[in-house]
Amino acid sequence: MSAKLEYGGGVVRVRFSGEIDHHAASLLRASIDSAIAQKRPKTLILDFGAVSFMDSSGIGLVMGRYKLMQAIGGAIRVENLSPGAYKVMRLAGLDRLGELKQKEVS
Amino acid sequence: MKKLNEMKLTMESRSVNEGFSRAVVAAFAALLDPTLEELSDIKTAVSEAVTNAIVHGYREQSGPVFLTATLTDKPSVRIRVRDRGVGIADVAEARRPLFTTMQGERAGLGFAVMESFMDRVQVRSAPGKGTTVTLEKTIGGKRHDG
Repeated sequence: MSAKLEYGGGVVRVRFSGEIDHHAASLLRASIDSAIAQKRPKTLILDFGAVSFMDSSGIGLVMGRYKLMQAIGGAIRVENLSPGAYKVMRLAGLDRLGELKQKEVS
Repeated sequence: MKKLNEMKLTMESRSVNEGFSRAVVAAFAALLDPTLEELSDIKTAVSEAVTNAIVHGYREQSGPVFLTATLTDKPSVRIRVRDRGVGIADVAEARRPLFTTMQGERAGLGFAVMESFMDRVQVRSAPGKGTTVTLEKTIGGKRHDG
């Protein structure tokens, strides 16, 4: 599990890779939150393209960041979800809070 | 329904074992030749059950988590996750979506995920004694008729 952060043009993009569970989520949170606090981006993009597994811990991870972005008047986008991760996020109704995009099937 | 195979695993209630246990169950369930989606569903449900045992059952203190996985000729997989932790006083309340006893970022959707990804979820619990969650899923992905 890791998260690579990029910033440019008012956008913070977080590229997750590996497995996101309760064990990993607590470690990922801190670096994302400090980037939001420092850069105050207009948009936060959470890119799940390289995530091989996600359980309901991913919901808390997205929800928590959604609240932070809302507090600074920004938006959140969730991209490249695998079918499994998309299913978990839909179950939580996260598609109503922001944009949820599935991975393109090539 | 005949039992085809069974395995048991006992592990410490450490969060690194969430990944370990779902990988073990996925490898074992693969013997029934499930689809990738079925396997992903099983891994997710096991992850939720084991995380509950660690986070809620033992409140992140140390204790044993017992996991039994059974393969049947249905074909189906049955997974039992048991802890000797604090237990649940009101199981119906605990299973309700968004119910959580935790501060922070637990979404309260662990049981909702288990219920939506598995065919059957049974919870038995007694305060002070611990909790047993039994998950069951029929594997229909590929037929073994041939």
